[in-house]
Amino acid sequence: MGFEQILFWLLALGVIVTSALVVLPPGGKNPLYGALLLIVSFFFMSGLYVLLFAHTMAVLQILVYAGAIMVLFTFVIMLLNLSKKELGDETRTIAKGVGVVAVVALAVKTALVIETQTLNIPAKPLPAGFGGVDAIADTLFHNYLVPFELTGVLLLVAVIGAVVLAKRTL
Amino acid sequence: MNPVSDVAARAAEAAAPVAHSIPLYWFLVVAVVLFAIGSAGVLARRNALTVLMSVEIMLNAVNLAFLAFAREWGNMHGHVVTFFVIAVAAAEAAIGLALVLGLFRHKKSVNLDELTALRN
Repeated sequence: MGFEQILFWLLALGVIVTSALVVLPPGGKNPLYGALLLIVSFFFMSGLYVLLFAHTMAVLQILVYAGAIMVLFTFVIMLLNLSKKELGDETRTIAKGVGVVAVVALAVKTALVIETQTLNIPAKPLPAGFGGVDAIADTLFHNYLVPFELTGVLLLVAVIGAVVLAKRTL
Repeated sequence: MNPVSDVAARAAEAAAPVAHSIPLYWFLVVAVVLFAIGSAGVLARRNALTVLMSVEIMLNAVNLAFLAFAREWGNMHGHVVTFFVIAVAAAEAAIGLALVLGLFRHKKSVNLDELTALRN
């Protein structure tokens, strides 16, 4: 096994274990542990992005996800400072169990299907500068200019909406 | 060299598949596992903050699949979609956390099972 493959398995194991711990007890019981584990998982994930030659996206992942979104999460969790009672009970119903089992079964089936179905896709060679800022900016401003501008509007609406929702009185 | 044959040679080179050291489906399997973890969290957890974080895990899994296919097809469109997903995730986190704050102020709890105001 080559160096890249060993690196891939280490990063994949890290991202899966930390993400599972966000949902399972350490993170599921206390959201603050969950948020910190999720930050660790985002770092592993950006390592996987680097293995996919998506260098710019790896940097953006850490800047925006770990740097901005998760800081917002930890800020709100620490602001609320929830007690056991305020977190509420985790009820165990049959419907929930069925849902989780169905999700796991679907994931196993999908994993088996993609293993056989994607082997025939011929990989195209990567163009020069693949994954760099130049290539992303080129595609973004030539092919996706209107969606890009709409994203700006979306973020503005989200900021105004968050202020309105979080205000004590309107 | 004859320019026509040069173009033909370059086209043949561009069409020839390349072998990546890490196959596409390894990344897709990781993405599927992460998506399953995220959706199991959304279904099973009743704490609004953990549910929001599970949604972030699902968005990350989809990003990974987009980037894996972008490498496989050798074009940048997957990266741009990932960029949009990250922007939408930021907006979603801001709105979602504002809703959690409002919910806590009203109910003194962030348990989603207690959100029954519209029932009956």
